Amino acid sequence: MTIGTDPLLEVEGVSVRFGALLALNGVSLTIPRGEIAAIIGPNGAGKTTLLNCISGFYHPHEGHIRFAGQDRTHLRPPQVAALGIARTFQNVALFRGMSVLDNIMTGRVLKMRGSFLLDAAWWGPARRQELEHRAAVERIIDFLEIQAVRKTSAGRLPYGLQKRVELARALAAEPQLLLLDEPMAGMNVEEKEDMCRFILDVNGEFGTTIALIEHDMGVVMDISDHVVVLDYGRKIADGTPEHVRKDQAVLDAYLGVAHD
Amino acid sequence: MLDVLWGVFVGPFKDMASAPAFLVEVLIGGVAAGLMYSLVALGFVLIFKASGVFNFAQGVMVLFAALTLVGLLEHGVPVPAALALTALVMVALAFAIERVVLRPLVNQPHIILFMATIGLNFFLEGFGEMLWGANVKRLDVGIPDESFKVAGLLVNKLELTAALTAGVLVGILAVFFQRTRIGRALRAVADDHEAALSIGIPLKTIWVVVWSVAGIVAIVAGIMWGAKSGVQFSLSLIALKALPVLILGGFESVPGAIVGGLIIGVGEKLGEVYWGPLVGGAIENWFAYVLALAFLLVRPQGLFGEKIIERV
Repeated sequence: MTIGTDPLLEVEGVSVRFGALLALNGVSLTIPRGEIAAIIGPNGAGKTTLLNCISGFYHPHEGHIRFAGQDRTHLRPPQVAALGIARTFQNVALFRGMSVLDNIMTGRVLKMRGSFLLDAAWWGPARRQELEHRAAVERIIDFLEIQAVRKTSAGRLPYGLQKRVELARALAAEPQLLLLDEPMAGMNVEEKEDMCRFILDVNGEFGTTIALIEHDMGVVMDISDHVVVLDYGRKIADGTPEHVRKDQAVLDAYLGVAHD
Repeated sequence: MLDVLWGVFVGPFKDMASAPAFLVEVLIGGVAAGLMYSLVALGFVLIFKASGVFNFAQGVMVLFAALTLVGLLEHGVPVPAALALTALVMVALAFAIERVVLRPLVNQPHIILFMATIGLNFFLEGFGEMLWGANVKRLDVGIPDESFKVAGLLVNKLELTAALTAGVLVGILAVFFQRTRIGRALRAVADDHEAALSIGIPLKTIWVVVWSVAGIVAIVAGIMWGAKSGVQFSLSLIALKALPVLILGGFESVPGAIVGGLIIGVGEKLGEVYWGPLVGGAIENWFAYVLALAFLLVRPQGLFGEKIIERV
């Protein structure tokens, strides 16, 4: 995927306060269309808070968030989703009682139109629409290789597969920007490799811009075009993996530094 | 000893066999009573499905709907207009509940929302009394509470109407949940608020829709129960009768509410008529609860409930 120069997401001087705690302190970053960006940092650095701001769950006390050139700072989650931003959660948030297929179908809720009376009658355009969406969902199921579990209820799947289904649900919305909060947490090496492959494929085949939070440095350095490092709510580095790897502030944040 | 065993296990069945027409009448009475319970249980199921909350105030919503309807009729509003106005009031109530109670409590644990519905229960009870007074009122819907003969069987007109109404309502709701994308969105919201928000399901709209529908169901239940036993504050206690129905059928299943209601209605009528004399009667009062208790031990998710398996 070639990375354009036009920025898809611009975060500008964003601060978030929880009581006395400054969770984010004037963070700015730009994610160009088509790239895979990683947000890393020690625990409590504000990574998830930043993701929550972008997806509308939190609203920054200061600063702006622009998506595709327009100010989107104060939208609520459903509106953000309608703009084409999809996300996954750190601790999987699937609809546990519903089948894998139904879970992924809910991801298309914004793409569905029309009268629900027609839906109820399972007639005409409603029927055609349901079938079209089913076809799209089946393509995603094939793509992520979860055919074998499509009828299983999501709550019964092993953790690694749940993460994959959550990714499938996010993809079903055909987002422009995909936010992944620790997509590989708690996975074994093989599952991580699969997940990396899926992330790269999503980016390569659909041109989806991806921002992910991840702790596994090997993974981050391998798949991202661009790494942003947060520590105590501040951005301490921003650049290519090679650049960030050598950055002194980053080394200090991760390894600790003697204060004298 | 043998006499007791005979009386419990053989005698009642002999009685049934010797008067089949009477047995059918008892069964019809049981089905009708069961559907009345189902009507109330349906309101619970709707809200539970969409928000995972046991709405303690459902019984009072039935009462409130019935009181509003009777109040309007007493002021000389014609029946269709009174019905439409009552529906409007219930929808307005749904909007108010969403705004005042549910919205500030998004993402809170279910027990907190449950507590909030207890508060709502007392508020609605007091508010209804303030608006319409505390007297017992008669609700005349123009269907006489009298019986007629079909093929040699006694059938109560009011019960028949209630049964048909419940049947139609259930059909509509089942289709609503199974076939529409709103139905799917409702189930999604029940499972996980945050996730539902993140894929673009507007929580507020869904909640208003589901509380409105529960309000409309409450009107139907209020009319049927009100016509049968008068509109009075004890009407809100029928919620207690819906509880065993829910335990039997499963809290999130529309068909479960119906089947559960039927089992309890038929079971308690049969118990009362055929086994009642053995213990001096009044089986009807506790049968449902004992059955529910047995179910909790054997199949806690109910007949149609979704079994949630927790991974450890």
